[in-house]
Amino acid sequence: MSKQDLLSIMPLFILTSAAILILFSISIKRNHKVIFGITIFSLLADFIFLSVVKTPVSWIVEPLFVFDGFGKFNLGLLLLTALSLAMLSYAYFEQREERKEEYYILLILATLGACTLTISKHFISLFLGLEILSVSLYSMIAYLRKRERSDEGGIKYLIIAACSSAFLLFGMALIYYVTGSMEFASIGVYLSALHELPIIMIAGFGFLIVGIGFKLGIVPFHMWTADVYEGAPLPVTSFLATVSKGGVVALLVRFYTQVNGHQHDSIVGTFTVLVIASMFVGNFLALQQQNVKRLLAYSSISHLGYILVAFIAGGQLGLEAVSFYLVAYFITTVGAFGILTYLSDKDRDAELLVDFKGLFWRRPWTATSFSAMLLSLAGIPLTAGFVGKFYIVAAGVSSSTWLLVTMLIVNSAIGLFYYIRIIAIMCEKEHIEVQTQVELTPSIYLISGFSVAVLTIALLWVGVFPDELIALIQSMLNP
Amino acid sequence: MILSGFILSFMIGGILAWMAALKNLVLARWISLITVCFNLFIVIILWVQHLQGDESQSAWILDFSLPWIPRFGIGFHLALDGLSLLMLLLTFFLGALSVLISWKEIQHQVGLYHFCLLWVLAGITGVFLAMDLFLFFFFWEVMLIPMFFLIIIWGHENSRYAAFKFFIFTQASGLLMLVAILGLYFVHANQTGTFTFDYFQLLGADIPSGAAMWLMLGFLAAFIVKLPVIPFHTWLPDAHSQAPTAGSLILAGLLLKTGAYGLLRFIVPLFRDQAVAIAPWAMAIGVFGIIYGAILAFSQTDLKRLVAYTSVSHMGFIMLGVFSFNMIATQGVVMQMITHGISTGALFILAGIIYERIHTRDITRMGGFWKSMPFLGTCGLIFAMASLGLPGLGNFVAEFLVLVGAWQATHKLTIIATIGLVAATIYSLRILQKVFYGNQSATHGLADLSFREKLVMIVLVVSLIWLGLFPQPVLNTSRPSVNVILETTASSDENGTRNPKIITIKQKRYTHE
Repeated sequence: MSKQDLLSIMPLFILTSAAILILFSISIKRNHKVIFGITIFSLLADFIFLSVVKTPVSWIVEPLFVFDGFGKFNLGLLLLTALSLAMLSYAYFEQREERKEEYYILLILATLGACTLTISKHFISLFLGLEILSVSLYSMIAYLRKRERSDEGGIKYLIIAACSSAFLLFGMALIYYVTGSMEFASIGVYLSALHELPIIMIAGFGFLIVGIGFKLGIVPFHMWTADVYEGAPLPVTSFLATVSKGGVVALLVRFYTQVNGHQHDSIVGTFTVLVIASMFVGNFLALQQQNVKRLLAYSSISHLGYILVAFIAGGQLGLEAVSFYLVAYFITTVGAFGILTYLSDKDRDAELLVDFKGLFWRRPWTATSFSAMLLSLAGIPLTAGFVGKFYIVAAGVSSSTWLLVTMLIVNSAIGLFYYIRIIAIMCEKEHIEVQTQVELTPSIYLISGFSVAVLTIALLWVGVFPDELIALIQSMLNP
Repeated sequence: MILSGFILSFMIGGILAWMAALKNLVLARWISLITVCFNLFIVIILWVQHLQGDESQSAWILDFSLPWIPRFGIGFHLALDGLSLLMLLLTFFLGALSVLISWKEIQHQVGLYHFCLLWVLAGITGVFLAMDLFLFFFFWEVMLIPMFFLIIIWGHENSRYAAFKFFIFTQASGLLMLVAILGLYFVHANQTGTFTFDYFQLLGADIPSGAAMWLMLGFLAAFIVKLPVIPFHTWLPDAHSQAPTAGSLILAGLLLKTGAYGLLRFIVPLFRDQAVAIAPWAMAIGVFGIIYGAILAFSQTDLKRLVAYTSVSHMGFIMLGVFSFNMIATQGVVMQMITHGISTGALFILAGIIYERIHTRDITRMGGFWKSMPFLGTCGLIFAMASLGLPGLGNFVAEFLVLVGAWQATHKLTIIATIGLVAATIYSLRILQKVFYGNQSATHGLADLSFREKLVMIVLVVSLIWLGLFPQPVLNTSRPSVNVILETTASSDENGTRNPKIITIKQKRYTHE
């Protein structure tokens, strides 16, 4: 292993060593503050390392990893997201759980898994990353074990994720059987020689799509989302919605481009159907919800659909659109869940629509931020979500995928309804006395409040001046 | 600079008013009033200067451009011509009135209210000035959200339903426009290799006719929902009747005008042939709207709903005029945009004043108000006369011009549209009869107008009479812009040949620079 290899892979090492460090530190003395500090520090250090240390434009660590612009961009994005999630977790776990320290180990390991996915170019690293991610998530979802639904969510996720891994493995095996390779690039080379996909390959890809689909929670593999989102502790829910899905999307994009998925009508057709179904089903189910967590879960299904519209549109613009939308979606989702975290009390999460009644008059700043988040999810100007949606529509129009663009428009209109419904509820005049928060030291809320404020500002900033982010994405994607 | 100053001052004024309201409610009201009046003052100065300027100057008065998102060729490009200038005058004028009219009406969350009000005005100002299609769409959407809040928070009993309907109708149609804008963008880029959303450059795009029809329909969807044109009008009565007075004023006076403005500014110049192709249908729908709106207006018992349906009827004239493609009709459309904004706004203010006193909008429970409120009655009479198109008041000029222009395009439809004027007489007189004449229904004493309300009313009456007697300054201001808009249409219309419109547009473009 050369020095360059080591430098490239350093971000993963930092995460691993942080996890071990926390493990030791817990065995010496349980101290939430210290553990929290280590977590924040290591994630931050990792991000700084990634952005400061100059590495070659594209570096391949044979045979597993590739460090190119796209991978690095996603690595950075995932690390920042994990960082903001850790910031939001502190206040949440401080008031709930006796043994809160292990959570940070799991958080870091899950981030490690997602990061591995973004840079893998081989089935083995794919599977490794995915399993690290999933296994950590099992316990993260069930972390508040005293809560009934937390257990339920954990077990549901365990069973479904295990099944999907089995599908994935079988798909890989079939593809390996035909192509004799587990590397994305050489699979692509093999396929480019073919005019038509052999039936075993189609089956293999089908199984892969099933496995990936489960992780992404797209229709028809979405059944677990709502229950798991509802049961999981709020920071974990937002982890599921952002880092976990983001890693898989990055992987999907890489795999798809390397095997030239665009050339195969059967694959494009399958994705088109899945995407349209995801957008519609996600939105229609979200319309019915009274529980904000479930609502956001279903809306995340449709947002995955939006992202995949750009993904199917493909090309340079499509890739940029995916990256931009991921950023916008991450900021928004973390922010929205962050606000839920901020509002939750000791016994239960603020998740029912009733909890938000008259929020504008009780906590105007929180309500304003939350409205900004919701408007961003709905894709209204001045927010990052709007530019993201614009990017996706632009990608769709430029590659003339009219069907998908039309469906996206229809769904945006449907989606509007449930987002503005929450805003409407926050505007209602009746004051319902929600019992005041359990007294916590203000400094705890300072951290959460600070994170939410930063996210809101980022949201508006990217919405009004998207050019810097676009330039960054462009420079990362086409060096 | 001045142009972006308008928008920025509203945004900053809104934030200041919000902050001020934490300490002092009256201060918040004054801040927003001063902001709007200041802008009104500036735009009046611009107008006077423009009127004194010589006739031969180019259509574009001011131009301001900054790069915004170079990745997509999006610029922060604002420009002012006669049409925009008139629209800004209307915007700031009605804006000032809407602040005044909500002085006493709004007691709940005053700061947020003025914030929303000023941001709506900022969005509308942006729509009237934006010369970059992305920017136009941006402002088009920006004006929706504060309006949504205005309706939902300060609206009447069923405001939630109305606000949702308003938001979803306009937003969904706006998204269609976004796709059309992007389509135009890529078509233009494929031909010329330049990726730009700039209005003046896109004017030169030679769009394949199959695609052009679809693109035009995308734009049209947004504009006719906003205008609104039957059958997309159903959001309007709900939104108008549920919004607070200032909200109805802005909706009727300004938001509907953005639709009409869009038709003039984008549909006609960009998609000339397609617009000509659908003109008979568009005019027919417009005329149908005139009659249908009038009939529905007549059958309402809710005063604000009634006025809302009169808007549907009056907006039919705009469809009729725009798709006649001639100077007189288009000038009439511009005039109609202004006079309808003022007269309908005035009727909504009237309804608001009555609502403040008797807390109902049901006209069956009104009657005989002339005795207790003679001042309001007099003003009401003038507004109703304006609405029915009495000569000497602004609306007459507008509708007369539209009808004269439309006559050159179609005889049959114009004759039917004229019937609309008769129908307008019926519903306008019904308002007067039910509200001001007849037996006095309310037993409690009704106070006549306060000084503030009198001021608002007098200003409205004066402007309506002035527009009716001396419409020439307005027509002079809009003529160069209308010329630019129509130049592209006329050439193909009369000769039957497709003159390359690029040439004419380019000439226009370089004259203003």
